[in-house]
Amino acid sequence: MNDNRAILKDRVVRVLLAGFAVSSILFLFLIFAFIFIEGLPLFYKAGVGKIILGMKWAPTRGHFGIFPMIVSSFMVTVGALVIGGPIGLACATYLAEYAGRKRKLFLKPALELLAGIPSVVYGFLGVIYIVPVVRTVFGGSGFSLLATSIVLGVMIMPTVISISYDSLMSVPRSYREGSFAMGATKWQTVFRVVIPAARSGILAGFILGMGRAIGETMAVIMLAGNALKIPAGPLDSLRTLTSNIALELAYASGDHRLGLFSTGIVLLVIIMILNYIANFVIKRKVIR
Amino acid sequence: MRINPRLVDRWSGWSLNVLTWFAVGILAVIVVVIFVKGIANVDLGFILKYPEDMGRHGGIFPSIIGTLLLVALSLVFATPLGIGTAIFLTEYTKATRFTTILRFGVESLAGIPSIIYGLFGFIFFVIKLDMGWSLISGALTMTIMILPTIIRTAEEAIKSVPRNFRMVSFSLGATRWETTIRVVLPSAAPGILTGIMLSVGRAVGETAAVIFTMGSSLRLPTSLMDSGRTMAVHFYILAREGISMGNAYATALVLVASILGINILAYYIMNRVISRYS
Amino acid sequence: MLARKATALLFAALVAAAPSCRKAPGGGHSVESMTVSMAGSTSVMPFTEKLAEMFMIQNPSHVINVQAGGSSAGIQACLTGTVTIGMSSRELNAAEKTLKEIVICWDGIVVVVNSENPVRSLSIEQVRDIYSGKTTNWKELGWIDRGIDAVTREEGSGTRGAFEELVMKKVEISDAIMVQDSNGSVKEVVASDPYAIGFLSLGMIDNRVAPVKIDGVDPTVANIKKKAYRIVRPFLYLTNGEPPPAAKFFIDYVLSKQGQEILRKEGLIPANE
Repeated sequence: MNDNRAILKDRVVRVLLAGFAVSSILFLFLIFAFIFIEGLPLFYKAGVGKIILGMKWAPTRGHFGIFPMIVSSFMVTVGALVIGGPIGLACATYLAEYAGRKRKLFLKPALELLAGIPSVVYGFLGVIYIVPVVRTVFGGSGFSLLATSIVLGVMIMPTVISISYDSLMSVPRSYREGSFAMGATKWQTVFRVVIPAARSGILAGFILGMGRAIGETMAVIMLAGNALKIPAGPLDSLRTLTSNIALELAYASGDHRLGLFSTGIVLLVIIMILNYIANFVIKRKVIR
Repeated sequence: MRINPRLVDRWSGWSLNVLTWFAVGILAVIVVVIFVKGIANVDLGFILKYPEDMGRHGGIFPSIIGTLLLVALSLVFATPLGIGTAIFLTEYTKATRFTTILRFGVESLAGIPSIIYGLFGFIFFVIKLDMGWSLISGALTMTIMILPTIIRTAEEAIKSVPRNFRMVSFSLGATRWETTIRVVLPSAAPGILTGIMLSVGRAVGETAAVIFTMGSSLRLPTSLMDSGRTMAVHFYILAREGISMGNAYATALVLVASILGINILAYYIMNRVISRYS
Repeated sequence: MLARKATALLFAALVAAAPSCRKAPGGGHSVESMTVSMAGSTSVMPFTEKLAEMFMIQNPSHVINVQAGGSSAGIQACLTGTVTIGMSSRELNAAEKTLKEIVICWDGIVVVVNSENPVRSLSIEQVRDIYSGKTTNWKELGWIDRGIDAVTREEGSGTRGAFEELVMKKVEISDAIMVQDSNGSVKEVVASDPYAIGFLSLGMIDNRVAPVKIDGVDPTVANIKKKAYRIVRPFLYLTNGEPPPAAKFFIDYVLSKQGQEILRKEGLIPANE
């Protein structure tokens, strides 16, 4: 009798949990569905080509070209990777291959704490300290691709470090021992054996870092100047897809608002592609 | 001319060391600058007083409360939903199409930029569902944001509970639910807690999604439908508009200190898990 | 299956509960109709905040919630009923004229440069050429050989709208010009970059930026009243139809002698002058 009650309870719980799970799915898919449903019509109306390749964004006058912003998003991402990638990899390598246990225990969490600092704080400090330096040393207004890349580079370092570290650590010890046995120095081992062995994980880390950079909004609005043209050089001001949405969201209506959803779709698609590539790259390693 | 490999070895080890300390140095500089410039304005009054003159004077009490309320409310929604989903995925089902779809959904939401949540939350909750700029709009949006993280960390924590625990419990005649709630969950609790705290850390620092859903009213939110600021939003507005550099730094100090505190706490809990299982 | 039915029920319950979270028409909750929600122009907002602070001290049972977002955002929010009162710093266009407009004061738009910049007088054509991208270097205006870092507001800004109407006339602002989304941030950029130029609400001018004479006229309150300085726009409060009592109470306060005096002290021009 007690048994039956317990079994009934179990079943009820099962239903309840299933309910939670389905609610979660629905919530999660709600966001995708909504963005796509709202944004797709404009692609039909104005033409996919005109939007993605269009050079002029003046949505109140019927121009929905987001190409300059796509390019700017990519430039900022690449810039961030150039600055944050190598340093991040260097840190991960040091942590994985060189640091003693005590140092690691302190350094690793410290570097991960960098990820906890809100993007608005990064943006603020960048405006106060990096922008004037860029302006005085290099010229231009300082609100530039360069300043944005520097700050974003720092922001994506934790991502790169974390994933690179994990993949370096998962390289079997035998690889290193074999290399030492053949008389290689530590650096030769690290540089020619371990890192290449971990390269797919490191690559995945870089790609996910790109995803983070391309999705960043607040810091970019504060640092990039938000001009609508494709930047001709690292000192030019630019506007990314994310900034565009943030700047115009509050007042956009009608087709203008749809234009922002279309921008959102493009962003989502780019990020999903990046995530997919990163996962694919990692899986290849596992199979190998 | 070949460079002596031993030289390269020593030099490279040294430069990696330097670069790493440089990176940590960046963190140190950030924290120190915020602390030094902010501490002048942070006192008990700052934390307990209301802002005056758009934030030029006074304190940040409403934004502290706004942050707490928003995060608490989001957790109220996201925690049962997330843990329940994780339990369901790991304990109650085998790998079916349903679970694959769910996992795919959770993974896809991994890298979504916060502005997309802001876009969604603004149009869907604030406008279409007519909830206005409010705590509830913000909390619902934030829930969707932290749900994937909670599901993922809870799932991992539950998965890492050794199988024998469950086996022993079943062999003693317990049902699945009894096992879950009395054996699995308590063991997985630290891991789940870590995930929740990391989500909280993220939520506290979030701006783009919050400013478009919860709004930026300077008042203290007293009901679900009230708008309000979080510390991050207040800081953003102070900094951007140049309202008060001193107060901007002070707000940043409170903000960063809270997030670092939460993260450090999460690490502490996580370390206890690792030491327990190794 | 049972699980599916149960979950459908759960979701339906959630959806059914959502509408009850809706705001009562007019922007206040039915329980506390003393709450007024406002949103819109970043030019109007700081002054509204000040007025609201004073108003709420005198009327503690009233609550005024103010958001920024830009004039167009405020107009939109008012049209959709998201807020009770919208704030705008530009005139409404034809499609928006369905809203009731109340002029609370007048404000000038001032072109500003950094305090290190010696160029303090420009003709309206020169300003137009800077913003259209024709003039790109300060040496063309008599200063050093350095690019002009011009800043404008976002498209939905009332200040920008008024600037485009009164200064640019039909000429488009160039795509290469930096954009910031509030008066405050424009002021910040101009205050920190010696080679920057921007335009701001007169009420927000302080000693961190230097105002520029347009066609020889100083942008001052006196000159606006004399109609010598023409780049002027109204600050509007907008309501969708007649404002509900709590909102009307606040609007009356703003238009009262006390409210107008507060605005005058801030450097704005009272509504009836």
